[in-house]
Amino acid sequence: MSETILSVDRLSMRFGGIVAVNDLSFDAGRRKITALIGPNGAGKTTVFNCITGFYKPSGGSIALTHDDGKTIQLERLNDFRISKQARVARTFQNIRLFPGMTALENLMVAQHNALMRASGLTFLGLIGAPSWRSAEARAIDLARTWLTRIGLLDRADDAAGNLPYGDQRRLEIARAMCTEPALLCLDEPAAGLNARESAALSELLLSIRSEFGTSILLIEHDMSVVMEISDHVVVMDYGVKIAEGTPRSVRDDPKVIAAYLGADEEEAIAVMESGT
Amino acid sequence: MDYFAQQLINGLVLGSIYGLIAIGYTMVYGIVGMINFAHGDIFMIGGFIALISFLVLVSLGLTAIPLVLFVVLLVSMAITALYGWTVERIAYRPLRHSFRLAPMLSAIGMSFVLTNFSQIAQGARVKPVPPIITGGYTLHEGPGGFVVQLSNIQIIVVLATIVLLALFTWLVSRTRLGRDMRACEQDQTMAALLGVDVDRTISMTFVIGAALAAVAGMMYLLYYGLVDFFMGFVAGIKAFTAAVLGGIGSLPGAMLGGLAIGLIETFWSAYFSVEYKDVAAFSILIVVLIFLPTGLLGRPEVEKV
Amino acid sequence: MTESTLEKKPAPRASGAAFILKKAAISALVALVLFSLMIGVRTEAGPQGGLIYWTRFGDLAAIVAAVFGGSIIIELLRQWWGPADKVRVVPPAVQNALSLAGRLLAPALLIFTFLVPVIFYDQRYILDLAILVLTYVMLGWGLNVVVGLAGLLDLGYVAFYAVGAYSYALLATNFGLSFWVCLPLAGILAAFWGVLLGFPVLRLRGDYLAIVTLAFGEIIRLVIINWQSLTGGPNGVSGIPRPTLFGIPLTPGEDGLAARLGIEFSPTHRIVFLFYLILALALLTNWVTIRLRRLPIGRAWEALREDEVACRALGINTTTTKLTAFATGAMFGGFAGAFFATRQGFISPESFTFQESALVLAIVVLGGMGSQLGVALAALAMIGGFELFRGLDQYRMLVFGLAMVLLMIWRPRGLIGHRAPTVYLERSQAISSDLVKEGHG
Repeated sequence: MSETILSVDRLSMRFGGIVAVNDLSFDAGRRKITALIGPNGAGKTTVFNCITGFYKPSGGSIALTHDDGKTIQLERLNDFRISKQARVARTFQNIRLFPGMTALENLMVAQHNALMRASGLTFLGLIGAPSWRSAEARAIDLARTWLTRIGLLDRADDAAGNLPYGDQRRLEIARAMCTEPALLCLDEPAAGLNARESAALSELLLSIRSEFGTSILLIEHDMSVVMEISDHVVVMDYGVKIAEGTPRSVRDDPKVIAAYLGADEEEAIAVMESGT
Repeated sequence: MDYFAQQLINGLVLGSIYGLIAIGYTMVYGIVGMINFAHGDIFMIGGFIALISFLVLVSLGLTAIPLVLFVVLLVSMAITALYGWTVERIAYRPLRHSFRLAPMLSAIGMSFVLTNFSQIAQGARVKPVPPIITGGYTLHEGPGGFVVQLSNIQIIVVLATIVLLALFTWLVSRTRLGRDMRACEQDQTMAALLGVDVDRTISMTFVIGAALAAVAGMMYLLYYGLVDFFMGFVAGIKAFTAAVLGGIGSLPGAMLGGLAIGLIETFWSAYFSVEYKDVAAFSILIVVLIFLPTGLLGRPEVEKV
Repeated sequence: MTESTLEKKPAPRASGAAFILKKAAISALVALVLFSLMIGVRTEAGPQGGLIYWTRFGDLAAIVAAVFGGSIIIELLRQWWGPADKVRVVPPAVQNALSLAGRLLAPALLIFTFLVPVIFYDQRYILDLAILVLTYVMLGWGLNVVVGLAGLLDLGYVAFYAVGAYSYALLATNFGLSFWVCLPLAGILAAFWGVLLGFPVLRLRGDYLAIVTLAFGEIIRLVIINWQSLTGGPNGVSGIPRPTLFGIPLTPGEDGLAARLGIEFSPTHRIVFLFYLILALALLTNWVTIRLRRLPIGRAWEALREDEVACRALGINTTTTKLTAFATGAMFGGFAGAFFATRQGFISPESFTFQESALVLAIVVLGGMGSQLGVALAALAMIGGFELFRGLDQYRMLVFGLAMVLLMIWRPRGLIGHRAPTVYLERSQAISSDLVKEGHG
């Protein structure tokens, strides 16, 4: 079994004349947490959008290798197939829950493909076949497990749009996990969280990795989270990779410090201070 | 070839009328993001007011046709503009920040109101007028005896369209009102914070759109020599089709879309079948939108993830 | 601006009699200009073909006076009622009573509907009206799948109604197929057209979708008008067979139902039969929709309305999800169309105009998008209300249009705006309409 789950090779993304990502290569380890960091506008979210099929890359390849050794070229799949066939799930920088549906319903929607099969493409479900009923009960159980895990069991029947911000962030992660992904991509999961919530998030991500063996790729600005949980850090600036390595080695890399200093003084200080 | 040239002329004239109506749709859509379903009926009202004011002026003893037409133009623009203003004030302003479907339904209701108001006020029968502007030029006389003609009324329609379009482009790009309109189009809250009177700007948009529709209504009356209470529906749908075809929100797009619909309709009637001319126009709309989902000149919508 | 700042702001000096009179005077002036030519002068094609006109200044004066008076009354009412933004606190006891009434409303309505033919057996007019209302309830429930659940705006729903009606009419008159064979065929054909419409509009959003569906509805109508050899053009199709009770006709003949049962024949039997037929079809629509909402496909529709991008990220095929919504909605429209054809015995393109689409859409939006009970109430209110104004004759559509405008201003989110969850752990609690999205399609 390969040690690499995701291999990004010479990825490029151009919008008209603007090069958002240029010749980027990096690997994400299996059952590892890989962080993608960099100043604002470095092209991190663009990389995510290429991996999760929202953009079609202008060049390069993105290969995902499952546990069974099967490799899928993600750049050849379009939107929903990335999640359905390649089992790559994602969250969004500006939370995209289904606000008018309850927390439980959000997690049920995430199990759409499995439930669709169980409901015999709706027909078995329509007549209320026993096999469908048991599949539905199992799906509710899975949702219940995740709600318990993120501490939202008592708010299962509340509309997702009514939950506090931090709960919404966790619910979105739980929703992504309900698709049973091989690779979980998180776009700034700690944005807007306070210190206590950030710590809880780190714990949640570590437990996801250890219990489910899910590999995680995350974009994050909160350096305390990055330093605490990542196994590997890739640093981007202006669409190219400027450094990569363990959290410690990256933190001391003069190029990284320069990039952050050049971009935003506060962020650079945050990088240098965190973990010391 | 002569036949083709004649159809080209006819198509451009019809397209100019559609374009004038389409501008009203596109302006309102750009600024408040709704389909003003009542706009086709505003065009119909414009036609009626032109007809009535013409009749009254002539019977009062005014005989200088150019002067009469000029007065009719002003009267119908003014009164129809007030209709546009009233419709916005009654049916759309209370729903400004409401859910998207509510103003649309309200607009459909307003369209029913205007159609039936005209029917009740002026009767259901078609109102014909004798040709007011006659004469024209023979451009080319073919060997088969087919004559390519450009009538005076056709020249007037196209000229009026060009003049109005120029005036309108100047208004939007050079005046304070135009700047306010563009600001509201981008961000109403921010525009209001910077001192733009949003309510007034939106009202003015409806007023201008209605005035242009009134011109279209008058041109239609002069060109086809009739009005009836139901003409707003079909013309409205076609003009909206034109606005969407050109890329809704884009002013040159509306004109281009109008010309395209006019030409398609005319050529289809001339070469294929008159019965299916509307089917052709709508089918082409659907086909264009499959390949260019935001119309010919519309800005492509970038999906933010 | 928040609620509290609005409340604290001292009321502007805008309540005096002078203010009201000034406002009314402006309204009257506007009305005078608006109506000066349209009402003050009446045109008509004269006997020699030319136009003649006569003046109606009396009518004009009356209307302007009415606007002046009406404006004063509205302004007084507004001041009496207080600012519209004010939140009215409903006492908990009243709230509880209301919610209990709300829960009992649907079963009560259903029982009453079942009893309508018993109560009103002798009143043919009421039975006909009830059948009409139920037809629109069914159409509303069908369109609700597309607009209310999937959030896709469809302005051409009447096309599927037409496809269903013409499918039955043509299959029955040309091939002698019975209603019960044609009913599923009509549904399937309509669903097929739904998918056909679905394909081009998959990539479209919002108002582009609206105009394409509208255009599609018009295309179907124009084709029906012009394809005379098949559809009879503007003359329509007549002599459409009446439905049978599984082969037994409801006629006075010897093999008719009355003769077989040994009771006296009455034409009301057929009306009652039609009533229960459309009631069964409508309830089928309702049952299927409620079931579908609890199945993955129904949840995917609602998720699509809430956030299409998130749906794609969760591996939901948005293409098939949209197409199934269109097909399901269209299928119900097709069933309703087949029923319409068999009830009328005659159909023509006039029954399938844009007004019908607008009416059904108005029922769905007024009902509160996605709410089954709301749609039924809205259909009752709209069709019943429309009938109430029958006496107004030519003013009926005018009043109808005005009512649409006023209802939207009064309840932009419909009669029942909140959404009921499809699954729950502890208890099902209604979700406020402020959170529920409308969809962008």
